[in-house]
Amino acid sequence: MSATRNLNSRSLAAVVLLGAVVLLLLPHLLPPYYLGLAVQMLVFALFAMSLDLLIGYGGMASLGHAAYFGVAAYATGLTALRLHWDVWLALPAGLLAAALTAVLFGLLALRTRGSYFLMITLALSQVLWGVAFGWRSLTGGDDGLPEVPRPDLGLPNLGLGPLTDSIPFYYFVLFFVTLGALLLVRIVNSPFGHALRGIRESETRMLALGFNVWRYKLTAFVLAGTFAGLAGCLYVYFNRFVSPDYIHVTRSAEVLLMVILGGAGTLIGPAIGAALIVLLQNVVSGYTERWLIVIGTIYILVALFAPDGLIGVIRRLRRRTP
Amino acid sequence: MTALAADMLSRNFGGVHALTDVSLAVEPGERRLIIGPNGAGKTTLFNMLSGLMPVSSGTVRLFGRDITQVPAYERARMGLARTFQITNLFPRLTVLENVLLALLSTDESAFALHCRMAANHALVEKAEALLAKWNLTPITSRTAKEISYGEQRQVDLILAMAVEPKVLLLDEPTAGLSAAEVVRVVGMIRSLPKDMTILVIEHDMDVAFDLADRITVLNQGRLLVEGDVETVRNDPRVTEIYLGADDEPC
Repeated sequence: MSATRNLNSRSLAAVVLLGAVVLLLLPHLLPPYYLGLAVQMLVFALFAMSLDLLIGYGGMASLGHAAYFGVAAYATGLTALRLHWDVWLALPAGLLAAALTAVLFGLLALRTRGSYFLMITLALSQVLWGVAFGWRSLTGGDDGLPEVPRPDLGLPNLGLGPLTDSIPFYYFVLFFVTLGALLLVRIVNSPFGHALRGIRESETRMLALGFNVWRYKLTAFVLAGTFAGLAGCLYVYFNRFVSPDYIHVTRSAEVLLMVILGGAGTLIGPAIGAALIVLLQNVVSGYTERWLIVIGTIYILVALFAPDGLIGVIRRLRRRTP
Repeated sequence: MTALAADMLSRNFGGVHALTDVSLAVEPGERRLIIGPNGAGKTTLFNMLSGLMPVSSGTVRLFGRDITQVPAYERARMGLARTFQITNLFPRLTVLENVLLALLSTDESAFALHCRMAANHALVEKAEALLAKWNLTPITSRTAKEISYGEQRQVDLILAMAVEPKVLLLDEPTAGLSAAEVVRVVGMIRSLPKDMTILVIEHDMDVAFDLADRITVLNQGRLLVEGDVETVRNDPRVTEIYLGADDEPC
């Protein structure tokens, strides 16, 4: 058994290494438009992984995860635009805003379970959407906040040009997404992560064993919100723009689909799911505006034929061909 | 001092009285068997003792301390463990991970985010040793939902034993087991330290009479009889609820 485990961990290490090399070389392989697409894939991969911590590990299916993504985007955008904060202040401001929102929403939503949890997270995020939509003087309402500047790290020019250029910005995003992903991997493999799985499997058993289930769930909720916030901060820098769409339920549903399509509870699955959805969205939008029909169809097909997501399909295929 | 005591414990579900004014006091090291027909309120009693269900009225004491309002996880940390009538494991985790979680609950790293759980070798070794002790090593890497029902009941028991509780509540540990498995599980219960206080809900009368120091009989949510094995065995009211009232001797 240890031989197969070695083989698995060795092939896993090979895949990770290959992925890292490809990601590092990507700017030299792709024209600028596609590099922008790669940035979007990375950002949404992080966003989907953050939701996976809640769904896949904690068993808490949230339909309002865009709230933290959007709040962080607004906080970063507003502080960068109005207060002229640089990235070292605006980014932490975004993370803090996301974390505080998650604490507040978590205290309310975690009183419920299952579909009630789904509904209350949806309702809370839509309240925020309403605020972003209605408070024109602060958020610009429906028009959003245009012309959020690209970050300037104040680093010496490494021959790549300023960070406002697409190639250095790609590395900036790659750095934070990698950092976020590594932290998430660390968390799910920690005792905390294992306890979270236990809560997903049986809350009553965890209580009977002496785990303060509430504390674990709230911590997971806030962590997931903060990582979603990091994705939101990166996305506002990428788009140079933030609007109420960032918070809308369609975005929450989209990221939920990324997690389910990829395979909840695996981290890598949702990252792949996110990349695929972003890619597909770009391809489909070349032909039709009815993206939601496509996304709905995918959702139905996954639910019917691949309830464990793409990772589940891959695992099944690998088991069949030893 | 009594280990675990219930005083006038009641529980209503709407208008249904699941348990009415039940009092009992269990001494340290005692094996107390709780018997009674279906719907007698046995599991309801356990749920209130372990804190998974709030009481409607009455108090629960653990080693003299009133724990009626103490949440379930705190009670567990105070040394009160339980098993479940309907097997309550972590189905999609491996047997080893199941036991690891039980051991983790009392480990100082239980809330750690930064270290890898697999790197806690002391914990892993302890879990493996515990499973080896009960000859379950062959199934350690299988998920809890894959193993047989009999094995699940044993793992359920091991989870509760793993935390080395002072008071252990076992809710029908032998329910649905084959004769051979019953022998195994009873052996596991017998092997527990003599100073551990154990309450067992049991349907199998032979097992109950075999294990018990004292027996509490519940019927329709009320305490019917309490006493040692002989007293309960010879009590006509117990015979009546189990065999039905019979005017004519047959």
